[in-house]
Amino acid sequence: MQSNNIHEIVVLSGKGGTGKTSLTASLAVLAGNDAVIADCDVDAANMHLLLRPDFGETFEFYSGELAVINQDLCNQCGTCAEVCRFHAIPQDKNQYQINALDCEGCGYCEKVCPTHAITMQERRSGSVYISKTKVGSTMVHARLDIAAENSGKLVAKVKNDAKAIALAGNKHFIIVDGSPGIGCPVVSSLAGANYVILVTEPTMSGLHDLKRVHAVIERFRIKSGCIINKYDLNKEQTAEIKCFLREEQIDHLADIPYDSIFSEAMIEEKTIVEIESPLKQLVGSIWEKVKEQLTRKN
Amino acid sequence: MNPDKPLKIAVASGKGGTGKTLFSTNLAAFLSQKQKTLLVDLDVEEPNDFLFINGTIEKISDQYKMIPLWDENKCTLCGSCSNTCKYHAVVQLGTFIAVFTELCHSCYACSELCPVQALPMQRHKMGKITTIDSGNLTFIESRLEVGEEQAVPLIHQTHDLVDTQYKDIPIQVFDCPPGTSCPVVAAARKADFVVLVTEPTPFGLNDLRLAIETMQKIQKPVGVVINRWGIGNDEVEKYCDQAQIPILAKIPFDRQIAEYYSNGELVYDKIEYITTSLRQVITAIQHAV
Ligand code: SF4
Ligand code: SF4
Ligand code: SF4
Ligand code: SF4
Repeated sequence: MQSNNIHEIVVLSGKGGTGKTSLTASLAVLAGNDAVIADCDVDAANMHLLLRPDFGETFEFYSGELAVINQDLCNQCGTCAEVCRFHAIPQDKNQYQINALDCEGCGYCEKVCPTHAITMQERRSGSVYISKTKVGSTMVHARLDIAAENSGKLVAKVKNDAKAIALAGNKHFIIVDGSPGIGCPVVSSLAGANYVILVTEPTMSGLHDLKRVHAVIERFRIKSGCIINKYDLNKEQTAEIKCFLREEQIDHLADIPYDSIFSEAMIEEKTIVEIESPLKQLVGSIWEKVKEQLTRKN
Repeated sequence: MNPDKPLKIAVASGKGGTGKTLFSTNLAAFLSQKQKTLLVDLDVEEPNDFLFINGTIEKISDQYKMIPLWDENKCTLCGSCSNTCKYHAVVQLGTFIAVFTELCHSCYACSELCPVQALPMQRHKMGKITTIDSGNLTFIESRLEVGEEQAVPLIHQTHDLVDTQYKDIPIQVFDCPPGTSCPVVAAARKADFVVLVTEPTPFGLNDLRLAIETMQKIQKPVGVVINRWGIGNDEVEKYCDQAQIPILAKIPFDRQIAEYYSNGELVYDKIEYITTSLRQVITAIQHAV
């Protein structure tokens, strides 16, 4: 394998608001120029607010298709509307019209239109940026167009670009801020990962979502470790999470106390390791642990 | 507003973890003190509302999507299906036709265009919908199976169920998935009003902007609830003023709320300013629609 010495680390949380992005950005600062950063939370990308990338290069991202009707060729037979399972071809003012929000680009209508009035067009669904961060590393990030589909494909694009850049530049790490949930963007962000960092919080929802996202990770057989953020908010829930970690053999990376430094740092556009506080050391030790796990042969 | 039609309120947020679940569950419970209320959890990837609602399970129904099933005996290996599918969900591998269930959008094209009917559509379980009776509050949870990747079809099915079986519940609250892409659009499309829950931080503001753009694209009236007010700065308020987006309520940061939340407890009747905020929000919505 050519990418043998690149370690790809994906940070996930299942539930939002656990501090995932703040922690990912901190690891990115600690790794410095030995890492390529990928923001795969393309739906609500935030890491740029802390790493201040320069948006050096922009690429349009096309994915999926959209049906378009040439009204001059259409004979109003209605076959397209009949076959469309997404109700995307309503009849309006005696014309069949494609509703772009509903059209999933399946192309069935195009295949059955007797007059060849329908063509499929490429659909722009976002932009990809390749930037330099404030610590000099390269960051690949993206923005999904509003209400667009296929965030899974955009995630895959961001990751593949990051990987190519890491290979070309002989970097040791790829640090990926993953998407929330358990759907296609998460699955895309996991493909090819060497280690997953799970960030959770001691609430019933935190544990519930942790279990669901862990079930997805297990399918990929990737090693994982967990950070319990705001652990002092609810000690019993923290204990329960630890119990789950032991059962599932997930590394317990750290307990982070509730600290307003997360939002204070954010307002200064800094990561928590750029501000003097006890958390700086704690996060530093997480990074050391992760590196140790990655280099250990098992 | 048409008095025969239920009032549908969607609760969304660009960023996850801003308090969408907290707000939806408490709003629904608060409303149900006075009238029959429906709460629908459409965050199908990570449904959490159930942690806060006690009641008895009325019904659990498995939800299916339709996928093609290859009939080897009929197939002539003409290759049409493989060329038809835009999502590469049906692929010819030598003399074998493979169907990748997670990729299939159930468009029926490969199946209906197969010259020898060798790809009949059949049911595939993708999730389940649970209905819980909690007195004046009816709660519906829509949950995607782990391993399924597409939230949208399940969200549509849940809306259909609500519109056929629960249309006489006059007020309906929909807890939407986070983000700005297809799942949240599918979840909010039927709403009369969208409440966007955010927090007063740079992340909150960034995602709020995207969420507002998304809702404007589908032409929904929106209002903003600022949760954990006091932890950050006032940029969110400034932005809303400038963009003329109404701020419906500001819920101060309070560790007590966080602790109740962590244990799966509702706060609408425990903390006075929450009760006041919820009343304000609902009055504002009723004025707006
Ligand atoms: S199938 Fe073709 S001709 Fe018929 S209504 Fe549709 S676009 Fe027009
Ligand atoms: S491409 Fe598919 S979804 Fe789009 S209008 Fe045609 S049949 Fe409907
Ligand atoms: S379209 Fe039908 S006959 Fe042709 S390869 Fe596919 S399954 Fe076989
Ligand atoms: S039903 Fe549509 S999406 Fe599914 S496999 Fe067939 S062509 Fe592809």
